[in-house]
Amino acid sequence: MSRQFETAGAPHFPPQTTVSRVMLQVLLALIPAIAAHVWFFGTGILFQILLATGFAVGFEALMLRSRNKPVRPFLGDLSAVLTAVLFALCIPPLAPWWISLTGMLFAIVVAKHLYGGLGHNLFNPAMAGYVVVLISFPQAMTAWLPPASIAPHALGVADTLAVILGGQLPSGLSWDAITGATALDSIKTSVASGQMISEARESEIFGDFGGLGWEWIANWYAVGGVWLLWRRIISWHVPFTMIGTVLLLGLIAWLSDPGSNPSPLQHVFSGALIIGAFFIATDPVSGCTSTRGRLIFGAGVGIITLVIRRWGGYPDGVAFAVLLMNMAAPLIDRYTRPRVFGR
Amino acid sequence: MQTHLVNEARHAGERLHHFHGGLRLRHNKKISCQVPVEKTPLAIRYFVPLRQQTGREAEPLVRTGQSVMKGDPVGRFPQLGGGYLHAPTSGRVTAIARHPNSHPSGEEGLCVVLKPDGLDRWGPLEPLTDWEGTDPGLLRQKIRDAGIVGLGGAVFPTGVKVGEASERGIHTLILNGAECEPYISCDEMLMREQPDTIIHGARILQRAIGAERTVIAIEDQMGAVNASLTGAIKRSGAAGIEIVKVTTIYPEGGEKQLVQVLTGLEIPAGGRPTDLGLLCQNVATATAVARAVSEGKPLIERIVTVTGNGIRKPRNLLAQIGTPIANLVDQCGGYAPGAARLVLGGPMMGYALASDSNPVIKAANCILVLTEDDIRPPQPEMPCIRCGECARVCPAMLLPQQLNWSIRNGLWDETTDLGLAECIECGCCDFVCPSHIPLVEWFRFGKSELQILNAERQQAETARMRFEARESRLENLKLERKQRIAQKKRALGDANEKQEKIAAAIERARAGKGGEN
Amino acid sequence: MLTAIITITLLGVLFGLGLGWASGKFRVEADPVTEQINDILPQTQCGQCNYPGCRPYAEAIARGEAGINQCPPGGESGIRALADLLGVEAVPLNPENGEQKPKAVAVIDEAICIGCTLCIQACPVDAILGATRQMHTVIESECTGCDLCLPPCPVDCIEMVEKPRAPEEWTWPRPPGQKSPAGIPAVPEGSQ
Repeated sequence: MSRQFETAGAPHFPPQTTVSRVMLQVLLALIPAIAAHVWFFGTGILFQILLATGFAVGFEALMLRSRNKPVRPFLGDLSAVLTAVLFALCIPPLAPWWISLTGMLFAIVVAKHLYGGLGHNLFNPAMAGYVVVLISFPQAMTAWLPPASIAPHALGVADTLAVILGGQLPSGLSWDAITGATALDSIKTSVASGQMISEARESEIFGDFGGLGWEWIANWYAVGGVWLLWRRIISWHVPFTMIGTVLLLGLIAWLSDPGSNPSPLQHVFSGALIIGAFFIATDPVSGCTSTRGRLIFGAGVGIITLVIRRWGGYPDGVAFAVLLMNMAAPLIDRYTRPRVFGR
Repeated sequence: MQTHLVNEARHAGERLHHFHGGLRLRHNKKISCQVPVEKTPLAIRYFVPLRQQTGREAEPLVRTGQSVMKGDPVGRFPQLGGGYLHAPTSGRVTAIARHPNSHPSGEEGLCVVLKPDGLDRWGPLEPLTDWEGTDPGLLRQKIRDAGIVGLGGAVFPTGVKVGEASERGIHTLILNGAECEPYISCDEMLMREQPDTIIHGARILQRAIGAERTVIAIEDQMGAVNASLTGAIKRSGAAGIEIVKVTTIYPEGGEKQLVQVLTGLEIPAGGRPTDLGLLCQNVATATAVARAVSEGKPLIERIVTVTGNGIRKPRNLLAQIGTPIANLVDQCGGYAPGAARLVLGGPMMGYALASDSNPVIKAANCILVLTEDDIRPPQPEMPCIRCGECARVCPAMLLPQQLNWSIRNGLWDETTDLGLAECIECGCCDFVCPSHIPLVEWFRFGKSELQILNAERQQAETARMRFEARESRLENLKLERKQRIAQKKRALGDANEKQEKIAAAIERARAGKGGEN
Repeated sequence: MLTAIITITLLGVLFGLGLGWASGKFRVEADPVTEQINDILPQTQCGQCNYPGCRPYAEAIARGEAGINQCPPGGESGIRALADLLGVEAVPLNPENGEQKPKAVAVIDEAICIGCTLCIQACPVDAILGATRQMHTVIESECTGCDLCLPPCPVDCIEMVEKPRAPEEWTWPRPPGQKSPAGIPAVPEGSQ
């Protein structure tokens, strides 16, 4: 007579969002910038993305199996794919295939799973992988391409594949002929050699603000980032303070010594700053959780980036800055706990 | 500082404030408000549970085979100021036996099983007709004897609540009509259909606690309610009762959030609204108070919203305590195809029941039957990705992800530090979590564990004190023994010395005597 | 080269003297950690840890002689609390000391009791009421379940009875989910 029902805990509502939906939206936000990248620098980046994704998913499946975790749901949450794509966007488009392999090995196996897997990693996996390959393979990691509009020799699809997979340059071309310095590279070398930045800026690789082509890619990253803000996937705190700090301190530095300090807008639109502000430093797992903590986190990344760019050994410091602030994040969280109701 | 807060709280309702977090949810209330409230017909059997949600079981006041009239007391709670349970209709007690009792544990409990005689006759009623001239203490006693508990969901004994309130000095009574959880509309229908009783109850409560004014809080999209309550206030001719519309954000109907919205003040941690000179009561509780005082009728029935996509004709019913839920469902046209879950309460805070033979209890504000599409399919729980959404929506400004971490790992000091006691279990954090972590279940478990741990710690402390007391008692005994022995020895030593002196003297005397001879 | 050696040596001597002075100036008096350890222990004074009571065990832990996993009544949660306090690794309960049992209290069978007071003298918290040739009874609320009264009883009239959880003591169950990282459950399984 009486009807039986299955029971479960509250709330009794269909799920509003899932982890994979969050990750998917971040990936979608990157698409415009990837398209711009292909436009300016050729198809290399697409192959890098494919390679990195393949390696990342492979390593993730391997680690999940060996840790006895359910493979399907964790692979389906797209977090490994996101790590791979962000990593691929930071490396030169012609980087050999073993760069992706090493990077993803370190990012997925060491930085993510050895620390406990999704939700437990202390460091941003994409940045950890990137830093490892940057320090280990400096030559391959500095072989950047000039934008297609000014490149003396632009490579086609088949040639690109050949370079990435086999290391074979097209006949008659040498590495020097294909690659060129980036805007940040040339600023660093010019400052080191005592040249004024204004002189360095006369090179054709500079656009209006940052490097030619690179500034457009940065714009599209910003568009994607603003869309993520609107969708409430990320919060405004980290991008705001990161870009704000760079603008503010960059302005002070530029006004005091325009010869050796680029303009603040140049800083913002060069290198990985915009992608870092919206996509990398906003990684929830390795960042701070409290709102005040996120403000401090963003400011810290901005400051350290500027310091490395000005005085450090590398042209761009976003990756190192993010990793250093990842280390500080738990402590910042502890000291910025919000007040509990009623206390 | 205390009086400063109390004085500020006197301005309750003049301006509206905000509380942190909260969610805008789809209401789903209209479907159950289309027809007026119907009374449930007499059931074949009534099962009145002797156990409320928390606390000890009531002692039965009737025996098997006893005849009872409608409203006769059938159970009494031994602690917490002693509340009562009453018979929902006249008839005979056929058993006091274990039966499903709508408890969140899913376990059965003792129920008074009542077989109605069909006459539905009240026993002798003793209304307090001149309530305006009655001593407030007598009013409070009437409230307690009528078995009235908070009908907003917490079922705290109202007699105890007003008793405490009257001791502390209350200036404003807040009637909570801000029914914020989706689907539930019992309070809304009550305010539309019985506004005069509510106002009457408000005036009685005001007198019982000595408050100067009453503020009735309703949601800002309850248009018809506003009109009906305003009319009732006018008709009653009472001064000092005003209606305030609060913004509809879940969970603004929670006591702490409502007080914050009306006054801008936060109830101190571990405190209650009475600390600010306020008392909150649900509108249905006020109605029960009016019935108890003016008609002498104890609490035996309440309005229950029976709704959800799993019910054919959702509506509000006036149901007697102890009616099996199956009866209510039948009155609403039965189950719709695909009914998959039976929830007592709302979709955010309610708990699932295993069977519809469970009875209506005083806490049953809503029976929600959901279909498969309405509920979360069982899926593997992902690890927390620290997105921070839970902290963004928490009305108590807690860090649910940190609490989740510390409770799972048994870090109880940290859990207390993070403020688990302030969690109102509203379910907002659960709702937004992308990893589908059952946060509220963990918090409920955490609160229980903390309670158990504190009890154990206290026990260990008592045991330690008793042990140390025993040790010192044994030490003292030993010391006393030593002293006694030492004394005895000394006494013995004295005695020996005396003997020797006498013997020596005798010797000398003998020697002296002998020498002379 | 020589200047380097001399400088480093001088610095080493300087720092060594500084550290020596600091270790004397900032010495922590007494040994407060014993008190903290004792506060964590459940105070049953049962002796299962091989020490005559909780305080001697606490002192032994503070001296480094005893492991932190010798207390069955404290259970896994007690071990973990000690591990947190002392900054050492939490290890599973040593089975040689016994196993964690659900809370039980002693009950005297009054029909058999001969009023010899041996159990009263044995109880470490004075939880047994009685006098010579008078009926003995255990005060249930004070009994810690330490078992020390069972051996002395000459007529074996005491038994340990588990206290069942009363319905009003029902608590929300632990949701299914991961355990703590060390694999030690936060709440001992089966003892709710």
